[in-house]
Amino acid sequence: MTDSVGRHAAAPESAETLIIPAQQGWPDRDGTAGDRTGEPGPRPRAVGRHASREPLFPVLPENGEAAPASYGAPYGASCDGSNGHGGSNGHGTPSGNSIRGGARAEEVGDVAARPEAHRPSAARRDSRLRLVWVYPDLLSTYGDRGNLLVLSRRAQLRGIEVEAIELNSDQPVPTQGDIYLLGGGEDLPQILAANRLRSDGGLARAAGAGAVVFAVCAGYQVIGDRFGGVEGETVAGLGILDISSGRGDRRGVGELVADADPALSVPRLTGFENHQGVTRIGSSARPLAQISLGVGNGDGTEGACSGKVLGTYMHGPALVRNPGLADLLLRWATGPLSPLNPADEDWAAQLRAERLAAVER
Amino acid sequence: MSKLPLRARLATSISGAAGRVSRLTGRGDGSVIGGVLGLRVEPDLLRLLATGRQVVLVTGTNGKTTTTRLITAGIGALGQEVASNAFGANMEAGLASALGRAPDAPYAVLETDERYLPAVIKATSPRVVVLLNLSRDQMDRAAEIWLTARRWRAALADASGCMVIANADDPLIAWAASAAPQVTWVAAGQRWHEDSWCCPECGSHLQRDELGWRCGECGFARPATRWVLSGDSVIDDSGQVRELRLALPGQANRSNAVVALAVAAHFGAPVDQALPRLREVKSVAGRYTQVQRQGRLVRLLLAKNPAGWLEAFDVLAPSPVPVLLAVNAQTPDGKDTSWLWDVDYRVLRGRPVYVAGERRIDLAVRLEADQVPFELVDGIDAAVSRVFGEELDVIGNYTAFQQIRAALGRAD
Repeated sequence: MTDSVGRHAAAPESAETLIIPAQQGWPDRDGTAGDRTGEPGPRPRAVGRHASREPLFPVLPENGEAAPASYGAPYGASCDGSNGHGGSNGHGTPSGNSIRGGARAEEVGDVAARPEAHRPSAARRDSRLRLVWVYPDLLSTYGDRGNLLVLSRRAQLRGIEVEAIELNSDQPVPTQGDIYLLGGGEDLPQILAANRLRSDGGLARAAGAGAVVFAVCAGYQVIGDRFGGVEGETVAGLGILDISSGRGDRRGVGELVADADPALSVPRLTGFENHQGVTRIGSSARPLAQISLGVGNGDGTEGACSGKVLGTYMHGPALVRNPGLADLLLRWATGPLSPLNPADEDWAAQLRAERLAAVER
Repeated sequence: MSKLPLRARLATSISGAAGRVSRLTGRGDGSVIGGVLGLRVEPDLLRLLATGRQVVLVTGTNGKTTTTRLITAGIGALGQEVASNAFGANMEAGLASALGRAPDAPYAVLETDERYLPAVIKATSPRVVVLLNLSRDQMDRAAEIWLTARRWRAALADASGCMVIANADDPLIAWAASAAPQVTWVAAGQRWHEDSWCCPECGSHLQRDELGWRCGECGFARPATRWVLSGDSVIDDSGQVRELRLALPGQANRSNAVVALAVAAHFGAPVDQALPRLREVKSVAGRYTQVQRQGRLVRLLLAKNPAGWLEAFDVLAPSPVPVLLAVNAQTPDGKDTSWLWDVDYRVLRGRPVYVAGERRIDLAVRLEADQVPFELVDGIDAAVSRVFGEELDVIGNYTAFQQIRAALGRAD
């Protein structure tokens, strides 16, 4: 009767999946290794709705060939200008191996069958890039899965193995993730998410220890100091990013275009916003971008960042329309990135061009 | 008609004339413009037109138009005229227009926009309110669904003399309906879970198993049901099992049919008489229509949101029958295409996929991420001409679907 086609819990024996058993897995950044070890409880879900055993994107080698530079500077400076590379586990990118997945439509069918020779980093658990999608059961209203998929794809195209989990709100937040993603949501789920994340404490600890955090819309407000609740009351945020948000007079709905802080070396940003939030940026954070179309924070700026924590009002999803922003997050987590094969960037480049042209008309 | 006050009669005849002009000039099917003018003359028109009738309101994110059509068919077993806004004009003007066109119909089955349900309940004093499902839909213009459910709760709590017929498998629907004095629960199933992971009452993560869903914190749980969809069969409130054998395809329509049978039974139409009438419904306002084009059979499916796409995938012909996907982002579609990333397209691997519509590049990027091979085409005819076999399935969102329907000669 309740025919489930939604996300489902992975079978414990499916060891080859991209599951991180948070209760038993990584030691905590603060050194309290395995403090949840032995706790019974449900495991985080593997990414993917139908086939949890199937990796998101098979990593596929191809004969190396020179490709043009990807977006941005080779070493992504973190938002406050410091050198942001050198994530917790130092994913190296091999030289001479340009890696690609099934990007070209006509080729997608065969690539999956190709051998996985020359995989640059052997399947060492440590070498994986760990993506944690925080509370998709509460904060996933605007295609937020797209940000996770794009990060996974762009990492895997470069030969970086990805371990991705969807962390539901009844799970403790693991502190050894490399990139944490938070999505958009309605008012009530947003407040619930903030309260749970505050009492869990894991996300703040991970961010404090240098993990990358990327938060969209409601999630952006949640990682700040405070935001406006259902009736406009003040709700405490996580204090990971020095911003405070409230409710504006009217909803900002529509295409957004903004120019990112030049220090981030990210091309012009394009997205779609739909929110009533007004956000003030405190002294220890900086605006992500200057608005050229849209509402954003409400003061001519859009989003905010500090260190390796970055928030934005952009749906689209943001990383789909802004691969440069996705690569910035990946650089923050892993260090320098190899360029992608232009063919793997083609559709995203067309989408960017189309969206930017559409609002210029 | 004659029992209507003079002003309402005037409003109704202006409304009818405007509708005829609209149809004659080809501007539309006339169901909205007529109602708009009528309401301008008599703002209380909807209430006056509904007075003395047995009104059924049908709402939810997906399946409103089809379920309205099925209920109309089922109640038809009673042998009396049924007024209905069969073309999906589901705001106040469309409802007034539908009632005005059938002034003597003792029954009215009215598809109602989710946002307007509280106002329409107040205006029409319905005997039955049908709640199908709630999921994310055109977020840039619709209210958030939790908020919508909250407004329904308030409206239904005050609706005395009204039977709510609701899908117990959708937690948000169950929460909204549970405020009503009388509810008939239907086990209609729920395929799309992405908007109901958490308890609508307290926000805790819901537990699900084969028996349904339940909140471990506050105890809110799936209510016991009187009507059940079980495979391709309906189990009625006396426990009798009958095969549905609908002409309409898919699990979603079997759910809609069980709801329709429950409504018909509420008005005294036995399942044995209502069900054959449901089986006669083959297409609904162009949905599920089959059209011959260049010697191929083209089947049209409408999918307006992620839950709708999941339902559409469920009724696709088996692979390798090709499919054309068409996506626009005009106002009725929602201008934010982010929802494409809420749909799992991997089920389309292994069949030819053509991509069209004003936002086909968005779809291209999405399919690339899911490793679904595809080809961009300019429209329906370009897709049909690429088909080697005899069939093509088409899934479009709202305006893309209408464009394709128009290109095929306003296919019904």
